[in-house]
Amino acid sequence: MEQEEAGDMTYETVIGLEVHLQLKTKSKVFCGCSTNFGAEPNTQVCPVCLGFPGSLPVLNRDALQLAAKVAIALDCKIAPKIRFDRKNYFYPDLPKAYQISQFGHPLSHHGYLPIFIDGKEKRINITRVHLEEDTGKLFHEKDHSLIDFNRSGTPLLEIVSEPDMSSPDEAHAYLTALKSILEYIDVSDCSMEEGSLRCDANISIRKQGAKELGTKTEIKNMNSFKAVRAALQYEIDRQVDMLESGQRIVQETRLYDAAKDITESMRSKEEAHDYRYFPEPDLVPFDFEKKLLEEIKKQIPELPEPRKNRFIKDYKLSDYDAAIMVSEKGIADYFEECVKAYNKPKIIANWLMGDVSAYMKEQGLTINELGLKVEHLTGMLRMIDAATITGKVAKTLLNNIIKTGTSPEALVKEKGLEQISDTGEIEKAIDSVILENQKMVSDFKGGRDNAIMALMGKVMAKTKGKANPKKVNEILRRKLT
Amino acid sequence: MELNRLSAHELMGLLDKGDISHVDICNSIIDSIDKKDKSLNAIVNFDKGKVLERANAQKGLPVFIKDNICVKDELTTCSSNILKGFRPPYNATVIEKLLNRNAILMGKTNMDEFAFGSSTETSCYGTTKNPWDLERIPGGSSGGSAACVAADEAIWALGSDTGGSVRQPAGLCGVVGLKPTYGRVSRYGLIAFASSLDQIGTLTKDTEDAAILLKIISGHDPMDSTSVDRPVPDYAKLIKKDIKGLKLGIPKEYFIEGMDKEVKQSVLDAIKKLESLGAACENISLPHTEYAVAVYYLVATAEASSNLARFDGVQYGLRSSQAKGVIDMHKKTRGEGFGDEAKRRIILGAFALSSGYYDAYYLRALKVRTLIKKDFEDAFKKYDAIITPTSPTPAFKIGEKTEDPLTMYLCDIFTISANLAGIPGVSMPCGFTKSNLPVGLQILGKAFDEETILRIAYNYEQGTEWSKRKPGI
Repeated sequence: MEQEEAGDMTYETVIGLEVHLQLKTKSKVFCGCSTNFGAEPNTQVCPVCLGFPGSLPVLNRDALQLAAKVAIALDCKIAPKIRFDRKNYFYPDLPKAYQISQFGHPLSHHGYLPIFIDGKEKRINITRVHLEEDTGKLFHEKDHSLIDFNRSGTPLLEIVSEPDMSSPDEAHAYLTALKSILEYIDVSDCSMEEGSLRCDANISIRKQGAKELGTKTEIKNMNSFKAVRAALQYEIDRQVDMLESGQRIVQETRLYDAAKDITESMRSKEEAHDYRYFPEPDLVPFDFEKKLLEEIKKQIPELPEPRKNRFIKDYKLSDYDAAIMVSEKGIADYFEECVKAYNKPKIIANWLMGDVSAYMKEQGLTINELGLKVEHLTGMLRMIDAATITGKVAKTLLNNIIKTGTSPEALVKEKGLEQISDTGEIEKAIDSVILENQKMVSDFKGGRDNAIMALMGKVMAKTKGKANPKKVNEILRRKLT
Repeated sequence: MELNRLSAHELMGLLDKGDISHVDICNSIIDSIDKKDKSLNAIVNFDKGKVLERANAQKGLPVFIKDNICVKDELTTCSSNILKGFRPPYNATVIEKLLNRNAILMGKTNMDEFAFGSSTETSCYGTTKNPWDLERIPGGSSGGSAACVAADEAIWALGSDTGGSVRQPAGLCGVVGLKPTYGRVSRYGLIAFASSLDQIGTLTKDTEDAAILLKIISGHDPMDSTSVDRPVPDYAKLIKKDIKGLKLGIPKEYFIEGMDKEVKQSVLDAIKKLESLGAACENISLPHTEYAVAVYYLVATAEASSNLARFDGVQYGLRSSQAKGVIDMHKKTRGEGFGDEAKRRIILGAFALSSGYYDAYYLRALKVRTLIKKDFEDAFKKYDAIITPTSPTPAFKIGEKTEDPLTMYLCDIFTISANLAGIPGVSMPCGFTKSNLPVGLQILGKAFDEETILRIAYNYEQGTEWSKRKPGI
């Protein structure tokens, strides 16, 4: 290439993601130590995960099963023989100075994950999913560093995508869809904050229509899906600027700095790794029993994508509503339980997307942690239908139900929240509102029909939201005309 | 009676009768060590007080352990400066098994650094001498274990065999050295040299002891994925059956140009003896034998380069005091801690695995390894065992081969194939040279058929006097 053309050349982006996922096993992948998060440093260790001389790894079958679950959920082909390799490199958090991983023959390969961009499905191909062990964790102090080996040997799944994503939004959608599936099959806590889900990105740009890939950079140190999107956007801008100013992209690893919202080059020496992979002689290759594989397949629940389609078909939800309902398994399960008890799916979905989800967000709780019983929510909805309470009262009532765990029926009785349909009481309230708001009354009479809404609001406030809105409207109109 | 001169099964008989006590045995060994080990240097970690304490508490036989097998809270250094002061927080599985039989752990025996060698000359503790001639090497890498058993400083000992490290020193010291089938004995707690080749073995005064000790240390271990779940036969009982009708193969590739004439003659005589005991011996060919040394030094060093990477100064053992920063700490620690042969093998192995060379070296070596294994499988379809010399020469002079690593590597030429194939082998004395140096006979068997090779060894031993000879030391 001679010289980069300056100006309004358009570029396309090529992104591939590498996700590292800690699997939710009780014990580590090659020893019996606990995998609990947050224990005192170096209390969940043994000669094996400390890499002491003479110690040997023994594969935790639970880790393999969870790994296979992910592979199956991502529609990967499972390797007939399970083999491990050693990845050799020196680093103080790697006690054996090699990581047991899968290089030549990964657990699985050739899968895909559908994502939805602007309402259109796009398949992101999965190159491979393989099992390996996590490293310890370094803490850098002023003049020394400390190592916590509690994490060393935690089962880690590496999920590598093909470079099939062409925007930071697609990368974000991929991660969201992946996380959703992973939560559905219950294999990981998927917490980027606690480090149980980590993501590195490979990104390059090329001129629109070019066949050859551009030089890629690898971006690390992104601590949220948002950060992934931001880092990729920064990197695209940076790479475009480089090319536009006639510079070359250097193949390197860059770290994202969230505070500054930039990526910075890591020392390029780290790049010169030759991992000298070779088959791990301490673990004998073995066949993945077909029977076990069948059993694992049975454990996989209906995944978000087919479930969404079913929600649209069976419950007549809109595409948008269905997508939200299935995005978390807990919500989807809860939704279906509610529908069983109260057959108005759209209303349930509205409440779940509205007040319930707002409450969850505010408290930082999942639907299950919220403790809102299905019969309480649906009971409340039925009370609205029966005009026992108003929709307005229901909003406050919901908070009370969640806080106290008491049934809506009991709370309504206890707090006297029943809807007022008694005409006499409503008339009394209306009369005093008319007296207090002469300006609005004359506005209405002067032809501003809207003013009646304001007056209604005053009446509802006076009755603490309990007045039957239909009746209030009727009586107000009657009295004012 | 000098109890230290007896075999384990003889001592068991005396103990059963109540003629002697465990403390008597230990005392006799302690005396022997006091007298001889200054000149032999077979034992590297030995605490009299502790031994006597154990002897009073535990009613079992004393045993010496090669310095690369982990004993809880005891120095375990692989005779390397890089592990100076290292006390493992756990016992190797074989140690647990020995302790279950009340064995009295006597101490550690000298070895080539990380088992890299055939002469015990690469130890950070200095060379062990051959009890038959103090100017000669005892073989290696389990030279300490072989020498202490030969010199009656021990009743029996454990060694490890990656390419002949039990059989070759046994041959050169005139004792019985058994390398079991890969997977027969747990490797948990054996500090790895080459994980796909290493196997813990026994050094004993006779075949019956080998059979007894093998039974004690064998068996499936859930801590070692490569250990195999198969029943452990009562070897000591089974080996006493005669060998009439057994078919033995004599591979022509093991009688090479340039091998010592006396060694060759002793082995040929032994073959005649076996025939006279009723075995049928036939010449056979193991066509890929000539590649064994090359394959071995690629596979073994590749694995070693990875296994020894953990000695980086971070958690245990040596940490260089000169280092600035973490990468410098790795470099200086390893630079100061490893001896020349260890460095040579690490570099060779890392090279064989490096990108661009992997296919040409490591991968090709694995393929040829499969061919070597197949040679044996084919042979064992027709033959019950294979008879060869253990080494091409008797013990050589200290320093004779240290300048030329390749010549040193050829010492293992007859023992390496068994490790590559994963099959069991035993070396036993089958004669002496004119200058009174022992000659070793090697018997190789089918995988998990230690019974047959020990049976052949036992019958041969019963028909000869070689095992009863003692060095003058």
